[in-house]
Amino acid sequence: MKIAITTAGTNLESKVDSRFGRAPQFLIYHTETGVFYMKENSQNLNAAQGAGIQSAIHIKEEMVDCVITGNCGPKAYATLDAAGIKVYTCIADASVSEAIEMLKQGQLTKSEEANVEGHWA
Amino acid sequence: MKIAIASGKGGTGKTTISCALAFAATGPVRLLDCDVEEPNSHFFIQPKIEQTETVFSLVPQVDPEKCTGCGECSRVCQFSAIASLGKKTLVFPELCHSCGACARICPTGAIEETQKEIGLLEIGRHGEVEFVSGLMNVGHAMSPPVIRAVKKHALEEGLTLIDCPPGTSCPFVTAVKGCDIALLVTEPTPFGLHDLKLAVETLRELGLPFAVAVNRANGENNRISEYCSEENIPLVLQIPEDRRVAEAYSRGQTLTTVLPELRETLAALPEKLRALTNHSTETRKEREKLAAL
Repeated sequence: MKIAITTAGTNLESKVDSRFGRAPQFLIYHTETGVFYMKENSQNLNAAQGAGIQSAIHIKEEMVDCVITGNCGPKAYATLDAAGIKVYTCIADASVSEAIEMLKQGQLTKSEEANVEGHWA
Repeated sequence: MKIAIASGKGGTGKTTISCALAFAATGPVRLLDCDVEEPNSHFFIQPKIEQTETVFSLVPQVDPEKCTGCGECSRVCQFSAIASLGKKTLVFPELCHSCGACARICPTGAIEETQKEIGLLEIGRHGEVEFVSGLMNVGHAMSPPVIRAVKKHALEEGLTLIDCPPGTSCPFVTAVKGCDIALLVTEPTPFGLHDLKLAVETLRELGLPFAVAVNRANGENNRISEYCSEENIPLVLQIPEDRRVAEAYSRGQTLTTVLPELRETLAALPEKLRALTNHSTETRKEREKLAAL
């Protein structure tokens, strides 16, 4: 399984970033091999709107199975859902490796809808 | 002539001055309330509404039968309003700016533009004053298409007064564009001056002539008049700070109800502004001539 985790850091000890659309980067992790790499998410820095949609399109290119993030808004959720990517939300204080562990243990629940409101109603 | 009554800061008196100018006008006049997120000129004009018009904007609709999931639409869209995700293509109408690029670029003709209702125009009059007001639908976030619909009602001949939305972003730019001159209404407060400067910078960028009106003029006017003289901006109107103006406003009465002595100045203002447009056209031509040398 391939997972994308939102983070501001660059390794497994970095904290999970609670933002999805405006997360600075994604850590892309293979559960089978334990190999990971970083994917920049800077295309959204100056976007007034639609950051979540762009983030979702951006990580779809990496063919990930699921996303772990803090919060996911309605447009980002709809886009990820249409792309067949599952969304798991996690407390912001966890590190990336802790979040992966929690997912493996089945401690993260899969979102069935956005867990926060959009910024522009 | 089209005069945009605008400001950077909100609450400086755009509507107060627009409505007073409309009632003081000596010839054919039409007031367009382009503050479509919160129009309020009708409180003062008290028009009899004779006609309404629905405003639509175009949004894409994808035919899943024809869509091949190539993603061209998603890549061309500057607003993330359409997302191609393999077999599925999602449309987010609230982000769409109705540019039509997605429909044009689609190689299989799978995208059709459909009408979405976004606002309403009210058209009427009070005596000699003709009136058009736009109101954006609740839940819709982009006002420029509604503003453009109101502005289509500008008079060919005669005086058109455009009560603009505050700020200096897209709604402001849409409202002032194509006008002959902008009258920037400000107040002698630090905020008033600060936002006046933003509006001046924006209008200079647009190449539109402008003049300044000071509302609630009191002992602190120096702030505005010094700025205007430094920047060579004509200060064409001063409305004194007077509690009676605020009281009249709260009752839906116009400025000249309590300050009738202003009527003459207001009636003469459009001609004064017209002279400024001629002047600035000349200076612009001179500047272009110099640049060409």
